[in-house]
Amino acid sequence: MSGRRFKRVSSKTAETRKEARARKRAQRGGAWYPRWYWPSFAAPGTLWMLVLFLLPFYVVVSIAFGTVDPIFQSPLPVYEPWWWTSKYLTEEWHLVTGEFVPVEVRTLVYVVIASAICLVIAYAVAYYVARYGGKRKGLFLGLLVAPFFISYLMRMLSWVELLQPAGYVNKLLQFLHLTPHPINWLAGVPFTVVMGLVYGYIPYMILPLFGFLDRVDSSLLEAGRDLGASPMRTFLRVTLPLSKPAILASLVIVTLPMFGDYYTNNLLSGSPKTLMFGNLLDNAMESTGQGPQAAVLVLFLTFFLLIPMLYYMRETARAAGER
Amino acid sequence: MSQDTATEREPETEPSAPGVIPSGEPAGVRNPIGRWFRDPWRKPHILATVTWVYLAWSILPVAIAIALSFNAGRSNAVWQGFSLQWWFGHPSIAPEGSLFVSPELHAALIQSLRLSFLTMILAVPLGVAFAIGIDRWHGRPPGGANFLMLFSFVMPEIIIGISMFMVFTFLLKFIQLGTTAQILALVTYQASYPVIIVRARLLSIGREYEEAAMDLGASPTRAVWRVLIPLLYPAILASFVLVFADTIDDFITVRYLSGGESTEPLSVKIYNFTRGTPTPAVNAAATFMLISTTVIALLGFWLYRRITRGQKVEGVADMLG
Repeated sequence: MSGRRFKRVSSKTAETRKEARARKRAQRGGAWYPRWYWPSFAAPGTLWMLVLFLLPFYVVVSIAFGTVDPIFQSPLPVYEPWWWTSKYLTEEWHLVTGEFVPVEVRTLVYVVIASAICLVIAYAVAYYVARYGGKRKGLFLGLLVAPFFISYLMRMLSWVELLQPAGYVNKLLQFLHLTPHPINWLAGVPFTVVMGLVYGYIPYMILPLFGFLDRVDSSLLEAGRDLGASPMRTFLRVTLPLSKPAILASLVIVTLPMFGDYYTNNLLSGSPKTLMFGNLLDNAMESTGQGPQAAVLVLFLTFFLLIPMLYYMRETARAAGER
Repeated sequence: MSQDTATEREPETEPSAPGVIPSGEPAGVRNPIGRWFRDPWRKPHILATVTWVYLAWSILPVAIAIALSFNAGRSNAVWQGFSLQWWFGHPSIAPEGSLFVSPELHAALIQSLRLSFLTMILAVPLGVAFAIGIDRWHGRPPGGANFLMLFSFVMPEIIIGISMFMVFTFLLKFIQLGTTAQILALVTYQASYPVIIVRARLLSIGREYEEAAMDLGASPTRAVWRVLIPLLYPAILASFVLVFADTIDDFITVRYLSGGESTEPLSVKIYNFTRGTPTPAVNAAATFMLISTTVIALLGFWLYRRITRGQKVEGVADMLG
């Protein structure tokens, strides 16, 4: 793979080659590579993302701004921006600001409650393992990573089985005389859906929080104590402010997929009473002829999530630059 | 929560009474501040309880689901005795069959493994090369390419699934829905994992090793192959494991892109069955996925130990990026 420019240099005698390289390095502040060298590494991935990530998204936009086939009633994407029509966009805008509002509010409430519960539990667990894990840290870490290797579906399936009327949760509740009849947890109970969301996404929050709390310099906390702050005050004034970026980043990690989640809801409830925004997308995909609706809803969702997504990307880029 | 933490970090007032909260003590405690300095890390009982309860809550349901795949009866709710019928078949369970016998589940199992291996083999080299290229190539274009890659990482998966479905239905029609479309979509979604893991590792490696190799007369390509890639082995292995684990579990993208029943992998079958009336065969299918992921993870870990033998061993968290 060594290029012509490099070969020309390497064909010279040892002295001149070294000199040439030293000069080049002095100029560029590093080892010398052909100009195309590193771009060629990134090229396949870049091309892939252009054709299979950017282009598909453009197709979605073209369908959202497109028309419909007059005979087959199938969506006709319009790829030229100057021919775009806003027919579907206005239609869906009316739905999104009208009929869908309860679904949107519900989604927001579920996501906010679920991510708040996630944060409280995840922070406590991550804090304990990072600070007091001691010799057991490896074991704890293994148990915290385990959910990543257990499929999301399996974790939901196990709750479906536990929560069904004949399942062990109801058996336990009846055994404890907390309820006379088995409760049907899977028939559109908001509590079940929120618990499912927490259960599904909390591992994604614990790990980054642990990664951060494990790196907190304990001398900072000792300094806080030495200067006379109570443990509570040390936590509130040192640990918590320090972990703000980690908290925000982990909240974004957890909330982004929750907004697109339809499966947790479908598996644990399946009732229109707990319909979320992701379900609207999935329903549009499953019913024929609703392609444009799915496309427009995708655009709305992307637009809505743009700020948290950009925030997360900026934080990742910044973390990469700082280290 | 902070209340807990605060109580947790109070020092023990008396070694014999670990549960006593100091703030509730009468004034008889002499010089509590002095005790802080002697014993600043008292045992955090409440945090420990939260952690253990959380761990039990996160693992127990799955353990029960695994156990139920060996159920002797048809129920997926209660234990009715041990049997391997939902795995290897039994004359009494004709219609849906068991995991390794039912043609439908068997085909889905093969499809799952096929998708995972092919995605792994395509996505990891693509992502690793991309990460190296982006890390070393300076200027504006790599920033844009990296932006695209990260964007695919943070997008909710349903958006990727829908846009992929639309591009293969309306524009790139020569790619039929089915295995090819599924793999193309999965690679797009998974390529960002190796990129993120490898870039984190590249930052900690620095460029000195390669430059030393080149000073000693290695060509750039040789320096990459013989020096940089071996240094990246732990990150590459971690990427293989994570991509495999995530792909075999994936059902969102794959479900939209399966042309028909024949290209639905196990994950999609589990999703469909769970919404209907699942039998313990579904548990067996899920357990099988867990076993295959575990095997790959153990294989990765074993290779990692082999490669890093004699080197400073890093933690799992570091391996995961």
